[in-house]
Amino acid sequence: MSEAVTKFLFGRLTLEAIPYHEPILLGTFAMVALGGIALVGALSYYKLWNYLWREWFTTVDHKRIGIMYLVLGTVMLLRGFADAIMMRLQQAIAFNGSEGYLPAHHYDQVFTAHGVIMIFFVAMPFVTGLMNYIVPLQIGARDVSFPFLNNFSFWMTTAGAILVMMSLFVGEFARTGWLAMAPLSGLDYSPDVGVDYYIWALQIAGVGTLLSGVNLIATIVKLRAPGMTLMKMPVFTWSALVTNVLIVAAFPVLTAVLALLGADRYLGTHFFTNEAGGNPMMYVNMIWIWGHPEVYILVLPAFGVFSEVVSTFSSKRLFGYTSMVYALIVICILSYLVWLHHFFTMGSGATVNSFFGITTMIISIPTGAKIFNWLFTMYRGRIRFELPMMWSIAFMLTFVIGGMTGVLLAVPPADFVLHNSLFLVAHFHNVIIGGVLFGMFAGINYWWPKAFGFKLDRTWGLVSFWSWVIGFWVAFTPLYIVGLMGVTRRLRTFEDPSLQIWFVIAAVGAGIIAIGIAAFLIQIAVSIRNREALKDVTGDPWHGRTLEWSTSSPPPDYNFAFTPVIHDLDAWDDMKAKNQMAPTQGWLDIHMPRNTGAGVILAGLSMIVGFGLIWHIWWMVGLGMLSVIGYAIFHSFDYDRDFNIPAAEVAATETARLKALAAAGA
Amino acid sequence: MAHSNPTAAAPMTEGATPIYWETEPHHHESGSSTMLGFWLYIMSDCLIFAMLFASWGVYGRSFAGGPTSHELFDLKLVAVNTALLLFSSITYGFAMIAAHEQRKSAALRWLLVTLLFGLGFLGIELFEFSELIHEGAGPGRSAFLSSFFALVGTHGLHVFSGSIWLVTLMVQVARKGLIPANVRRLECLSLFWHFLDVVWIGVFTFVYLLGSMAS
Amino acid sequence: MIMHIMHPQTRNGKWRRALATLPLIAALGGCDMVVMNPAGDVARQQADLILWSTGLMLLIIIPVMALTVIFAWRYRASNKDTDYAPDWDHSTALELVIWSAPLLIIIALGALTWVATHTLDPYREVGRIAAGKPVPADQKPLDVEVVSLDWKWLFIYPEQGVATVNELVVPVDRQVRFRLTSSDVMNTFYVPAMAGMIYTMAGMETKLHAVLNKPGNYAGMSANYSGAGFSGMHFRTHALDEAGFARWVASTKAAAGKLDTATYLKLEQPSERVPVMHFGTVERGLFDRAVNQCVRPGAPCMSESMHGHGHIPAPAATAAPAAAAGQHPHHPSTSSTGA
Repeated sequence: MSEAVTKFLFGRLTLEAIPYHEPILLGTFAMVALGGIALVGALSYYKLWNYLWREWFTTVDHKRIGIMYLVLGTVMLLRGFADAIMMRLQQAIAFNGSEGYLPAHHYDQVFTAHGVIMIFFVAMPFVTGLMNYIVPLQIGARDVSFPFLNNFSFWMTTAGAILVMMSLFVGEFARTGWLAMAPLSGLDYSPDVGVDYYIWALQIAGVGTLLSGVNLIATIVKLRAPGMTLMKMPVFTWSALVTNVLIVAAFPVLTAVLALLGADRYLGTHFFTNEAGGNPMMYVNMIWIWGHPEVYILVLPAFGVFSEVVSTFSSKRLFGYTSMVYALIVICILSYLVWLHHFFTMGSGATVNSFFGITTMIISIPTGAKIFNWLFTMYRGRIRFELPMMWSIAFMLTFVIGGMTGVLLAVPPADFVLHNSLFLVAHFHNVIIGGVLFGMFAGINYWWPKAFGFKLDRTWGLVSFWSWVIGFWVAFTPLYIVGLMGVTRRLRTFEDPSLQIWFVIAAVGAGIIAIGIAAFLIQIAVSIRNREALKDVTGDPWHGRTLEWSTSSPPPDYNFAFTPVIHDLDAWDDMKAKNQMAPTQGWLDIHMPRNTGAGVILAGLSMIVGFGLIWHIWWMVGLGMLSVIGYAIFHSFDYDRDFNIPAAEVAATETARLKALAAAGA
Repeated sequence: MAHSNPTAAAPMTEGATPIYWETEPHHHESGSSTMLGFWLYIMSDCLIFAMLFASWGVYGRSFAGGPTSHELFDLKLVAVNTALLLFSSITYGFAMIAAHEQRKSAALRWLLVTLLFGLGFLGIELFEFSELIHEGAGPGRSAFLSSFFALVGTHGLHVFSGSIWLVTLMVQVARKGLIPANVRRLECLSLFWHFLDVVWIGVFTFVYLLGSMAS
Repeated sequence: MIMHIMHPQTRNGKWRRALATLPLIAALGGCDMVVMNPAGDVARQQADLILWSTGLMLLIIIPVMALTVIFAWRYRASNKDTDYAPDWDHSTALELVIWSAPLLIIIALGALTWVATHTLDPYREVGRIAAGKPVPADQKPLDVEVVSLDWKWLFIYPEQGVATVNELVVPVDRQVRFRLTSSDVMNTFYVPAMAGMIYTMAGMETKLHAVLNKPGNYAGMSANYSGAGFSGMHFRTHALDEAGFARWVASTKAAAGKLDTATYLKLEQPSERVPVMHFGTVERGLFDRAVNQCVRPGAPCMSESMHGHGHIPAPAATAAPAAAAGQHPHHPSTSSTGA
């Protein structure tokens, strides 16, 4: 085959791109391949493909999509954490002239991938998954506003995740840090496919995130049950609303800045290059205009979870609901006025720096108010120390430290010595693990019985909880300390041997966290095995206060046989107090959207386009684009997207539940 | 457990009983969310343009020793282009009036006129781009030209997508008539089309008019 | 304490017990927290600011953490002795406290920030040499021009006419005026013992004013990831007394190396863990050409080429730094997107 033909067919993809000469990657590949084969084999053996496709991949049910997001987040957590362990090991041994075990080429990809995966493909799917599952139930809706779009959004996110995973075995990932700062990420300094994987993975996943944001806003605004005014919305739904407003108002900025970086790399433009009038600082500004709201996109839903959990397990109304809501809104607005605090050290003037420093500090006021509100929700309560509540208390104790170091970093002259240090790394892990991740674990433990009809095992939950909390502090306290010893981030080797002990301690901490992750997976496995013992037929195992607890666990496809009418903030608590249970007869037909494979197909085609773009396989790009457009048009000709669940079927489902309830007796 | 016997729902004793569950068939106006959702999408798109305008603001005079906007811009051509796009917005408006009055063929006629205006706009824009590139003023020449091509090109790409959508809708209206689903789709595209018009007014003012004054 | 852990011969039984019981605190007490205990006055003030800010915040953090534990314990479900108010969800007085307590702290911290950010602005000359020691009226600051290259540091002493690679030598108790730029990607210049970080960026010039008060040998590094050789991109900083500095200048002047365009272009090529180099002579204007990205013969200087053709100003041999104002990161570039 002539060279021209090869180049046409494969672009810049050659056999060299397969890293068979790197034993670590080869080993990983072997493991992933074996695992994959085992999975595919098992699915085929048990003839589950058809079931998976029909009931899950093509589903438009917000609950199943929510669960799929959480599965995606968990799978990617394992990858992201593997990266973390590799970094910790490298840093623990690369002393006294040792190069460690990772060459720069590999190590630099590892820390980049760790950041990208943890933010975009772990935290985001967790957050989006929870919002997807819970929000429609909390507002008494049957689904989201655009069920098909919801399925499409999920698959776009997954397509992005697959591209990142692909970079492990075909080519390489970016070696730029998780924000791919220009000019390092430009063609001059990163000519290989790494940054292209980064760009297209995030662009494709970004479409999903944006559309899911639009979808959830429309859902919350339009589909609330009658009587649920904005100020009677559960706080988790409020946090979801604010989060999605942030998504819709921030992700386009990321799309734009990555598109411009892509233009620099593909079309030879000069936005962020050093030459021809380009300005890399523009990239830094633009990416942080997205980047700062992003951290609130992650943490606000966690705040929502804590609000629900603390109130439920204190058996008390949430203290200061109104101020909670206003705090959310204030945080939402302020999060756009602080981005420059990420680069005080780039030589902005003192006035500019103090302005952004002070706006950043102001965010701690509503955040502090929220902490106080949770505190006073516990005050004069009857606190049940179930797992979700334990995660919440651990959050309150951990997060305040992260918040404090955050405010410290917002003081520009302090930031001058702490910027890019391991102190900073410790800070943001303190808020992301202590805030977002603890929140997600609280949420998963809290809503699991709603989703599956049985509680999660407490013993393994406790192992997971304590391992995470202790592991976190063991892993990150040393980083705070070495940060104050003037050690900066992303280093692969160290000069000063006296630092080694700290990195060894940090590695031990990461090991403890590994136990926490394993215990979480075991907790799920054990709970599934003991599901009969852990079963909850009531649908309301925690004495919940909001509407999702008023329906069965798991809820039927249509969520509520009858639409609830809301009179009070804690709607379900109010119904229970007034003994206003759902009617048990007079079932009606229910109109529901139909499952469709269009989301999988469109996202799959987009992924192919992305792959072609990364490897410069232009025929693939062209064909892929035409197929995406063509298929989207074809899909738009399908007007028949809904169906009716007949009243008889609703009656059957509901009667079965009533029987189960009666059998459980009380 | 209090709720384990749902049949016990007893009416309240005092005053009128508040309703807690809707037992009547309740028809959600289908697609009531669509316009809101589409608005939200437009707002997000607007932010992409905001970023591109910001880039233009930063780079608009970074000529890097290359040709300047003053030398390059042909305002007459752009004026024709602007007129085409503005007229297309008006004709789309006529199409919507016809659609709301359920006059299918009139709506289709106006949509066709809109499409022709749109395609005319795209043709002139492509001509302008090819002229610039032939003069050696392509997007890679300087940051100024990069930001110019990015902003104007992104707008053009939107008009192109809008045109594909327009053709699709024309076929759908022709086949299915002005059913509510199609009218809703027309309304969405209408929003999109007018939005592009508004963006273009910004482009015309900030890029072409102010740019041609730059030296 | 770390030193004790690393060198067993200095340990004794008592220490071993202390370490066993309080490893972290004991270790903290002894380890070299250079950021908190620096040798330069600017870093000293920054460390003080960290302590003050942390103290201010602990005023609220400690009560919150204590209350969390107390409330969690006291209102546990099994404790039926406490009052239970399931419907109590509002108290205007309490809400006022909740919002105003953090507000007051932030007002205090904000005021502190405003003042400190202005006094410690790296672009501003230092206000004092050390606490209680004003800048002598007749003292001229030492100028050092810094270029970050892949992956090493170039220091040019324009007045002395010498240059070094990966070695910074400064006199103690004398203000040093750094002008910094990068030949390609971004780096951060950071000597923790001396002062905070500042970015180096191609086509832009940043500034840093600092002083070292104690003679010694300090670590310096790039704090911003810049590619494969980043981990080796560090340098030693030597603070010498005036006489020592003069001797060092004299001996460096005697060094054979000459930093001219050709040497610079060779130096600019990526290389890792470059040993210290000394240059006895330095071509004039090299730094300004580095800022304007026109060291390579024939490359147009940015300060001249930002305008379109027909407006090219008369070519100047060395571009005045002020001409690069359009790309100067100090105020313009942040205000252009920040405003």
